[in-house]
Amino acid sequence: MTDTVNILATAGSSRHSAERRFRIYGTIAIAISLGFLAVMVASIAMRGTGAFQQSFVDIAIELPANKIDPKGTGDPTVIKKSRFGSLLKKALRERFPEAKSRKEKKQLYKLISSTAEYSVRDAVVANPSLVGTTATFSVRASSDVDMFLKGNIDATLDESQRRVSDLQLGWIEDLQSKGQIEKRFNSQFFSGGDSREPEQAGILGAVMGSALSLLVCFLLSFPIGVLAAVYLEEFAHKGRVNRLIEVNINNLAAVPSIVFGLLGLAIFLNVFGLPRSTPLVGGMVLALMTLPTIIIASRASLRAVPPSIREAAFGLGASKVQATFHHVVPLAMPGMLTGSIIGMAQALGETAPLLMIGMVAFIVDIPGGVTEAATALPVQIFLWADSPERGFLEKTSAAIMVLLGFLIAMNLIAIILRRKLEVRW
Amino acid sequence: MPLSDATSISIIRRGNRGRNVDLIVRSVLIICALVAVATTIGIVASLLTESFRFFQKISIFDFLFGLEWSPQTALRADQVGASGAFGAIPLIVGTLLISAIAMIIATPLGLMSAIYLAEYASETSRGIIKPLLELLAGIPTVVYGFFAALIVAPMLRNGGEELGFAISSESALAAGATMGVMIIPLVSSLSDDVINAVPQSLRDASYGLGATQAETIKQVILPAAIPGIAGSLLLATSRAIGETMIVVMAAGLAAKLTLNPLEAVTTVTVQIVTLLTGDQEFDSAKTLSAFALGLLLFVITLILNVFALRIVDKYKEQYD
Repeated sequence: MTDTVNILATAGSSRHSAERRFRIYGTIAIAISLGFLAVMVASIAMRGTGAFQQSFVDIAIELPANKIDPKGTGDPTVIKKSRFGSLLKKALRERFPEAKSRKEKKQLYKLISSTAEYSVRDAVVANPSLVGTTATFSVRASSDVDMFLKGNIDATLDESQRRVSDLQLGWIEDLQSKGQIEKRFNSQFFSGGDSREPEQAGILGAVMGSALSLLVCFLLSFPIGVLAAVYLEEFAHKGRVNRLIEVNINNLAAVPSIVFGLLGLAIFLNVFGLPRSTPLVGGMVLALMTLPTIIIASRASLRAVPPSIREAAFGLGASKVQATFHHVVPLAMPGMLTGSIIGMAQALGETAPLLMIGMVAFIVDIPGGVTEAATALPVQIFLWADSPERGFLEKTSAAIMVLLGFLIAMNLIAIILRRKLEVRW
Repeated sequence: MPLSDATSISIIRRGNRGRNVDLIVRSVLIICALVAVATTIGIVASLLTESFRFFQKISIFDFLFGLEWSPQTALRADQVGASGAFGAIPLIVGTLLISAIAMIIATPLGLMSAIYLAEYASETSRGIIKPLLELLAGIPTVVYGFFAALIVAPMLRNGGEELGFAISSESALAAGATMGVMIIPLVSSLSDDVINAVPQSLRDASYGLGATQAETIKQVILPAAIPGIAGSLLLATSRAIGETMIVVMAAGLAAKLTLNPLEAVTTVTVQIVTLLTGDQEFDSAKTLSAFALGLLLFVITLILNVFALRIVDKYKEQYD
């Protein structure tokens, strides 16, 4: 008797602990997945926030009139031709006269960005009255100095192991003590195009490329997707042809994205001869990829409109076309829009097909139209991630933060739209 | 009330015009629906024609069964290895190796998450966890690739060094593990649907016989849901095979025929990207081989998808 009780009791407790274990496995699985998400987002945010700031060096540069604009014309084309690089170097030598040898001078020049002379030039062109004076300019520090100031280069390492020399460290300290070097908001990151120099590189070009591609993508895929869904839900007879279209759409949704890129390369570029590397072709490829998502979402949305709406329209003498386009489609529109925004968000993150159609070039200019060569935000991330410079690591992470920001914004818009406009029947 | 001739004619005319509008609208709608079909035809046609040109230069058997992949085109005709080698086996093995690692990670984690969400989680925690998991699916693959190359791979390499393993910094493990995490939400959301579709009566019957919740899940719900889960795992595998950016950024470039997850392998998608980015002449076997690889990829994923969708559909009908 006691034996049976014991057996039952132990069996019960082992069954209960099995229950608990199983439950814990579930929690662990979720914890691992969400933990990975947290680590990924946190590590990218930690690396990326630095890129929103940039170190600037204040330096007094002599701008002799006889070298820049001897006739005093104030003509931008004349001013642009002068050699601001050598003026800048002279100013640096005057600021730190202890740099004597060629090697030391070279190190000195490397304190500031190689693009600094252009920003000085632009400032003088914008304000020709500076010519003939000695003006103080705030120029970009080089990426190495910037990295050191942000704590990414360890000064305790042996000199040969780090990218900032002892001599440069001394100069940086001197600049710091006089308050002539400081970190400021890096507006260039949001307003500039790509650059070979990390300190100069910005994402506006890539953002514009993405925006133009998405515009083309939306203009093509939204109307086609919605009309295709209307046909399949409202007009099609449930025959073999429509079954074929349906299976086809479901399968198309699962085709690897790179295959769409191959399609774009073979048909849009090689057969139609459309311009390579452009948002036009990028948008077309993305549209084909997004189409299944939009069709599936739009169909679900149309299906949710109750038949009574259609019957009421028919009862008042509306034709099939009138009933559909005057009554059913407007009621299904919020759902269709939500689905399209989610589709657009997917398209925004897509990289592989854009690589196939050549949107991976190094492009400095900010694209102004859909037929100009451009790159896209995720492709820019891919390109920067490939660069060996420490400075680009920070830019890559920051660009990812911008991309995720856009994605979150788009998804939020979709959620809000759904909540605000959705009609529950 | 009898209508005058003029009115009835105008009514008939309007009827005609209505029918014309109807016809035009209908045709426009059909054309839009056919765009999707045209896309498929375009994919198949472009892959087939370019692959056909490739197979005129390289035999299809050498491609499908060759053990060496080195698509270098020679600068001089008499150079060593001028013809290049186009054996796809190392690429297929590399792809399958990375996908297998991904599935080994994603299957238990995705499935257990789905079970927890469907059977244990309260309404509120489900409402929080599910969107968070979906966030994991919404992150672009280029971000995973960056994370795999920057954090996961060095972490594995250093960990291996501590333990005395030599782990390549472009190891299949790093790319596969990261890809596995990316696929978790796909597995969990598909399996979640499947588990939720199992009728409540089965659960109630099991509880009535005195089974615990875990026993019910393991012995009643999972067996009932197996076909649907298998379908969702097939879809996830197809996704892993076609995934590009993670492997482009974190896997190797050199084709090596190995099953060791600690070594660098390359995949079909990596090779397509390397062959087609940068300048290209459109008639070389090297460029055309990318389309043959694309065709291979398309066929493999299509077979998996068709199979998986059929299983999932069939299973849905069973309980509807």
